Amino acid sequence: MSDKKHFISIWFFIGVLLAVYGLLILGAGVWELFNPTPSQVAMRGLHASIWWGALLVAIGGFYCIRFRPGKGQ
Amino acid sequence: MDTPDALCFLAAAPSRLLAMAPVDLLIVVIYFALVLAIGFYMKKYAQTGEQFFMAGREMTAWIAGLSFISANLGSLEMMGYAAGTYENGILVGHAYWIAAIPAILFLALVMLPFYYICRTHSVPGYVKLRYGESTRALSAISFAVMTILMSGINMYAMAVIMKVVLGWNIHFSIWVSSLTVAIYVAAGGLLSAIFNEVLQFFLIWLGCLIVPLVGLLETGGWDGMVARIAANFPNQDFIHMWRSTGTYDNPMGIHWVGIVFGWGLAISFGYWCTDFLIIQRVMAAKDLRSAKLGTIIGAFFKMMVPLIVILPGLLGRAVLPFELVSEPVAQQTGQHSYNEVLPLLLVRYCGPGLLGLGVTALIAGFMSGMAGNVSAFATVWTYDIYQPLIRKRASDAHYVRMGRWCTLLGVFVSIGTAYLVMGFRSIIDYAQVVFVFFIVPMFGTVVLGMLWKRTTPAAGFWGLLAGILAAFGLWLWVRLDPSALRYVALSGDAKVGMADNIYRAMWSLIVNVVVTVVVTLFTRPKPAHELKGLVYGLTEIPSEGQFPVFKRPIFWAAAVGLGFVILNVIFW
Repeated sequence: MSDKKHFISIWFFIGVLLAVYGLLILGAGVWELFNPTPSQVAMRGLHASIWWGALLVAIGGFYCIRFRPGKGQ
Repeated sequence: MDTPDALCFLAAAPSRLLAMAPVDLLIVVIYFALVLAIGFYMKKYAQTGEQFFMAGREMTAWIAGLSFISANLGSLEMMGYAAGTYENGILVGHAYWIAAIPAILFLALVMLPFYYICRTHSVPGYVKLRYGESTRALSAISFAVMTILMSGINMYAMAVIMKVVLGWNIHFSIWVSSLTVAIYVAAGGLLSAIFNEVLQFFLIWLGCLIVPLVGLLETGGWDGMVARIAANFPNQDFIHMWRSTGTYDNPMGIHWVGIVFGWGLAISFGYWCTDFLIIQRVMAAKDLRSAKLGTIIGAFFKMMVPLIVILPGLLGRAVLPFELVSEPVAQQTGQHSYNEVLPLLLVRYCGPGLLGLGVTALIAGFMSGMAGNVSAFATVWTYDIYQPLIRKRASDAHYVRMGRWCTLLGVFVSIGTAYLVMGFRSIIDYAQVVFVFFIVPMFGTVVLGMLWKRTTPAAGFWGLLAGILAAFGLWLWVRLDPSALRYVALSGDAKVGMADNIYRAMWSLIVNVVVTVVVTLFTRPKPAHELKGLVYGLTEIPSEGQFPVFKRPIFWAAAVGLGFVILNVIFW
């Protein structure tokens, strides 16, 4: 397919989405940490939002850099 | 649906499990915006028939493989099997191991080369080359019907999630989700569907994995979870895959013979080896080696899916403070149904942000399944029904336009079928009813055509028709007279539902194979020169090149096969 070279890699899209999601979730987790509100969520003491958000940022950041447009594949 | 109607639906929504925070809603909105953006971005690369229907046959092994498994990770995987696990225990996990891995590896190593070498657009396309137009028409029409019905399942499942978690009206959710899929598939075709499916694969795993991880931490690990289940539901075995299958005295009411031959052979090989929805993804790979490797990559991740589906079903038994009930009972009493176990656990463990990711993961799962149905339907309708039966000679651009329009039409028709789902015992049962009607006999027809050059065109047609009629007839028999199940399942102890479907699949395949063989013996086969590239023994399989052993499909197939054996032993 001759147009193939113009594609932005799907891995880049994935990286952007995961990085954005990671930042949002990490931010929400940090906000909850300093502004705790009554909640029915079990295992709140784990602060899962913080470490899961950080994981998404790390994975997303890697894909963004590794597959950024113009880098070539 | 116009805006005032939508607002009326929202205003009439039942109470929700949990209000989503603004950050959760933002995560969902970003997802919808991105999948639509990818669809419109891909539109300019989907202008020819080869690009729109086959993604240009340029996909790498990883993209083809993740798309292959993501198209399978629809509503059945996410909600249906989690619900089935809650109801029947880990026995349902057979769907991921014995009822998946051998069939996927068989597809990769044995059947895929024939699909790939003949360069057809679809599985019915292969059937046409092997058996002729009448068999192709039968298989294409039955596939199209099945695809539309399955699409309805996806819509219904997604709407249930929206109802439980967000409080949205079920009808409103069906329209919003299905129209989004219609737009991005109609714009970018299979290319857009595949790219979005890879994206959805990551969301599904990263969004759902949090539930079993935190759940196991709450219960104190696997042993703690098992102890809680035993305390909550004494004298019931929910955690062994084979131990209780020597008799019918297990939650599913099924014997190991049914699991191995009905589920592991008939249903599994039918689905994985002949369902074009799945195979279309790996047929879009750039070469045969990538197609094989992509399929094996899919097998590996299929083997891991129980982590995010089966485990939550078991955790529901361990940690939920109330017992879930079947869908009809839930509708009468207002209790939560089996189908809601996964969203209930999401609500239990996910705070702001994580809940949005989890809900997005479920939506992604439903949309990937729905998109798979719609894109496969568009291809089969255009190339296997419209082109041969309605308009034989038209320009490539005309067929691409037809593909876009029938994508939209297929979505609207399948919206109507979504409501059929509500009348059945559970989502899984419904899906397997549909599978057994169409897919199981199709496998017998295709595999005999590939491996036995003597199989005749007449045998292909009559064998397929007999298999479909046998499946439908057995279903109708048990529906009208439930006591007939003792004959279908070979025991009076078998239970209506999943076990019923599994045994019906086995009989359907047997009827298909017997009729095909008998008719073959009395009719004239095709000459050998017409079967080149289609049949084992008359087809030269191209070399995969000189690669070290760890880069060869056979090596990774053996590794996945070994993992499959080990897992079955561990959870025996």
